[in-house]
Amino acid sequence: MLSPRAMILRAPGTNCDHETAHAFERAGAISRRVHVRALALKPALADDFQILCIPGGFSYGDDIASGRIFALELKTRLAETLLKFRDRGGLILGICNGFQVLLQTGLLLADPTGAPQATLAHNFSGEFVDRWVHLRAQPGKCIFLSGLETPFDLPVAHGEGRFVTRSAADLTRLEAAGQLVLRYAPDAAGLSTNPNGAAADVAGVCDESGRVFGLMPHPERFIDATQHPAWHGRLDGASSGAGLALFTSAVKAVS
Amino acid sequence: MLWEVDISVIDAAADHAARAAVAGAAELGIPGCTHARTATGWLIEGDLSQADVERIAATLLADPVTEAFTLADLGSSSAAEKLCRGPAGLADGNLPTVVHVLPKAGVTDPAALSVQEALALLGLSPATVRSVRKIWLPKLDTATAERLAWKLLASEAIHDVVVGPLSLRTLAGGRPWVYTEASVTLEGLDETALATLSRKRCLALSPAELSAVREHYRTLGRDPLEIELETIAQTWSEHCCHKTLGSPVDYLGPDGPIRYDNLLKETVFAATHAVRQALGPRDWCVSVFRDNSGVVRFDGDHDICVKVETHNHPSALEPYGGAATGLGGVIRDVLGTGLGAKPVASLDVFCVGPADTPAADLPPGVIPPRRLLAGVVGGVRDYGNRMGIPTIAGAVVFDPGYLCNPLVFCGTVGIMPRNSADATVQPGDLVVVAGGRTGRDGIHGATFSSVELSSDSETQSGGSVQIGHAIHEKTLTDFVLEASRQRLFSAITDCGAGGLSSAVGEMGAHLGATIDLDKVPLKYDGLSATEVWISEAQERMVLAVPPADWARLARVAAEEGVEATAIGTFTGSGRLVLRWQGKTAGDLACTFLHDGRPKQRLKARHVARRELAATWPEETDSPAAFTAALVAILAAPDVASKEWIIRQYDHEVQGCSVVKPLLGPGGGPADGTVVRGVLGRDRGIVLGVGLRHRLGLLDPWQMAAGGIIEAVANAVAAGADPARIALLDNFCWGECRREESLGTLVEACRACHDVAISLGAPFVSGKDSLNNVFAWTDASGSPRELSIPPTLLATAVGQVEDVKRVVTPDLKTAGSRLAIVGLTCDDTAGSQLEVVGRVRGGRVPMVDAAVCRDTFAVIAAAQRAGLVAACHDCSDGGLLAAVAEMAIGGAAGATIDLAAVPAEVPVGAGRDLTLAFAESPGRFICEVPAAAVAGFQTLLAGHRWGWIGTVTEDTTLTVTASSGQEIARVAVERLADAWRSRR
Repeated sequence: MLSPRAMILRAPGTNCDHETAHAFERAGAISRRVHVRALALKPALADDFQILCIPGGFSYGDDIASGRIFALELKTRLAETLLKFRDRGGLILGICNGFQVLLQTGLLLADPTGAPQATLAHNFSGEFVDRWVHLRAQPGKCIFLSGLETPFDLPVAHGEGRFVTRSAADLTRLEAAGQLVLRYAPDAAGLSTNPNGAAADVAGVCDESGRVFGLMPHPERFIDATQHPAWHGRLDGASSGAGLALFTSAVKAVS
Repeated sequence: MLWEVDISVIDAAADHAARAAVAGAAELGIPGCTHARTATGWLIEGDLSQADVERIAATLLADPVTEAFTLADLGSSSAAEKLCRGPAGLADGNLPTVVHVLPKAGVTDPAALSVQEALALLGLSPATVRSVRKIWLPKLDTATAERLAWKLLASEAIHDVVVGPLSLRTLAGGRPWVYTEASVTLEGLDETALATLSRKRCLALSPAELSAVREHYRTLGRDPLEIELETIAQTWSEHCCHKTLGSPVDYLGPDGPIRYDNLLKETVFAATHAVRQALGPRDWCVSVFRDNSGVVRFDGDHDICVKVETHNHPSALEPYGGAATGLGGVIRDVLGTGLGAKPVASLDVFCVGPADTPAADLPPGVIPPRRLLAGVVGGVRDYGNRMGIPTIAGAVVFDPGYLCNPLVFCGTVGIMPRNSADATVQPGDLVVVAGGRTGRDGIHGATFSSVELSSDSETQSGGSVQIGHAIHEKTLTDFVLEASRQRLFSAITDCGAGGLSSAVGEMGAHLGATIDLDKVPLKYDGLSATEVWISEAQERMVLAVPPADWARLARVAAEEGVEATAIGTFTGSGRLVLRWQGKTAGDLACTFLHDGRPKQRLKARHVARRELAATWPEETDSPAAFTAALVAILAAPDVASKEWIIRQYDHEVQGCSVVKPLLGPGGGPADGTVVRGVLGRDRGIVLGVGLRHRLGLLDPWQMAAGGIIEAVANAVAAGADPARIALLDNFCWGECRREESLGTLVEACRACHDVAISLGAPFVSGKDSLNNVFAWTDASGSPRELSIPPTLLATAVGQVEDVKRVVTPDLKTAGSRLAIVGLTCDDTAGSQLEVVGRVRGGRVPMVDAAVCRDTFAVIAAAQRAGLVAACHDCSDGGLLAAVAEMAIGGAAGATIDLAAVPAEVPVGAGRDLTLAFAESPGRFICEVPAAAVAGFQTLLAGHRWGWIGTVTEDTTLTVTASSGQEIARVAVERLADAWRSRR
């Protein structure tokens, strides 16, 4: 059978598109990097894909807020295309900047009026941080995390990743709905690895269908053991990293 | 209409900028600043209604969950009250003082440009936007509020500060410039008058050079036009043509006089030539000292290229912008090599004054080191992270010599398909400028960086500071790499120092070109032809495009959202012709421009240096003193963890980093860092840097040689093949006009030559920055001058065949044995032991390059044979700091026996401190698994080495003195705390 196709949707300032495309290929998909201008000119391009991923980076510089302009562009030019893509069974993934974009487009966690119930604010430290975190998934219906029951490590690299909901009630409701599917977990010494002060240690969330998923950590940066900062002498350099499973789950689901 | 929209976070606890301001005010001793609030403001001018601006605020500028906004028409009577009463209208009677910080007119404002571009998405008519930062403070008088703003929030080079309401009513810029011909009279000027002219016009040309220009124009029967004189000044600047290093020099050395016709060519270049000759058909250099970066072979399909640049003077004035554009510039050097290379990794090295320098000790105009460092780190962070290039290697050193002239080095490695290193401009090719628009940014940057700084530089040279726009460079990179893949241009270079004048001048050095300067897209009206020509506006590249490919190139540019404009033609006439609206505005012969500079024969002299015998404090070899020395060294500014910097840099983007700057379960430091060259392939690039500036004033030859050895040792420790190491030189010197100071530069060049040949490691690229001297008048009215110590930054770019076989320094397994390879001598001069005050003077560490070469070879062989589980080179802090770092990284312990260290250290006071902390070059600590002990021993036969200890499960570092007595027993956690104690 044909390999599934993954569209890596990029905008000016996107900078994780190559490694994200590579991760999907390693998972068995055919990846294509597509510029948002090209998609806006020809939305029918989306019909050839089963997976759409908005990768990390600093779309349009993130000067106003992370993902703001990219999200606005998707809302004004491609809203219908994206809804159609989701509703016909397509999978949508947002990593880091892509997660920020998905929240702001309303594809993730919008209330019935379309207003976002949550956002990703500046890290509590006020600083950009690149470090490795420990994660625990409660996959539930989230297709991307299916099978990822044991805790695993991934790196984060962001300045705006602090998950905040509009109200405490929103957080409780999302929790009850099983949408807070990925959390920062304590390390071996029992210390929190939450890098940004996120509410309820939330690192990633999915929509009600489980087909749209956004996360701050970078799974595409841990598809080989050699990407781990303590791999040398401890992991087999030829083995794969924990992040690969996330791409494999998605590819399997649409194969 | 001019609107202002203010955005602020609703939750005061999340207002980081306010927290920082309160902390900063306390540091400055401004009383009563217990709380503050901030907002990001936007000034928006255009044909917009209140409803339009509300929509902009709600959908584009404010986050609906966490932020609130307020807005007003600045012309309305209620504006001041509305906009000043508190963040987003959250009136707070306790914060009556409002301060605005906004970029000066004409300074690049990337965030504002983003807003401007996004307005089209909302279907609104175009508007002009400027950003403004606002801060509300408790009641302060205007002067105090201004002082706080200047010290904490604003930079004189690029900002305006307004306390109280803004009186601005329009953002409108200048009017189009009307052509006027301006010539400069050189006739009849004596030497003093020529020097004055040069200084006033910021030309950085000597009277001799100006005389040569006059001579040339005399034969033409006219005066030079201003634009021609500026072109000559840019082309002849130290920054663009190695004026000093490329000079003929008469050097009086310790072994008699030596005559150089071109110092650089006969030392550094000559070494590379010799190494390549010796390699013969196995030569792996591709393009050296020719292009914007040096190119060497990588794998069967790819070459790699590398460049390290300095951006010292701009960073001294505006640290954030200076460092950001320093990195942006070196990235463009890589992008502008051959037919374009993809940047894959960056490094940064900063030399600054001591972080705790009291404000009273700062000469006027000098930025405090702590603030400077925060600024340059921020600049590299914001530019590198946005570009998506991992910043994976670097160093920071602190020394009083860098107080007034900090050094900022930025380097980038790129990868390119094989057979694309050669690029030749063809006659008839179009001159195409692509990327950002041209403004007054950085006018006179090239000539400015060639003159000395002085205490009034901050006001004098503000125009020399550029602000970067990383996303423009990112889209420019995407465009260039796609156009390169389709082979749509025949040559490319970046617009760096000297702007178009240098870029077009260099590309058309043989052919000549005709340029229509009025076609260059401008940021705003009002630039004269000369300003367009020499502007150093960032994020621009110049391409030579065959006319047949122009349409396709323009299409790629449009697809990537990059502006590309044909502004002229490379002609083949040998003349550089500049036009404005069709009329000739300047006309230069390329031969005069590139070969007409008169060369002055310089004199240099060796000065014999006095060695200071080591003197030891009273209590030297006691266990308490020994442990205190170890802890102090780990906490010393140069050695202490740079985690607070490293974590701000995205060092993992692109997914290729294999050896990261912090590693192991304990997060210890790396030596060389490693990235895969190509995603999904196993061949790796290794980066190491070396800097022995503390020896600069003691022995410049050893300083340079030691730096090279350190850089190579870094790379070799990580697994680089010692037979495939490319070197880069960055000479940063102070005053070099006196014979003895120029002599130090000659000695460093000679060291580069000798060591490169001994190691078989060619230099492939380099850059120099001279005249790092600061002049001021002190409180007593006397003139003062501070020069940096002679500093060579050496960078080693190595290669590893299979990244799965790299080696890292973190200790792996309890029970492994520890070996030291290399001889330890009483080399305490310039060591960290001296920095922490535990010794004064001592022998200068001496490089024996042939011994180092053998050590590198045997370390590589042991790694290849799988005998080494961890490896760390001994540099700052010597043997014991290295072992401590290995233990921190591995979250393990070790026992060390100093009696087993192979050494030539006299018996007597300080012997154990010397064995533990001397900084003899070219030594490694290896962890050898129990099963590999016999093999290691056999392989090392004939080398100076010894078993010095074991790895232990117990996380304690235990040291036995040469007497056999235990001299230290410290918990590794305590060492880690000391190492992490600084920020």
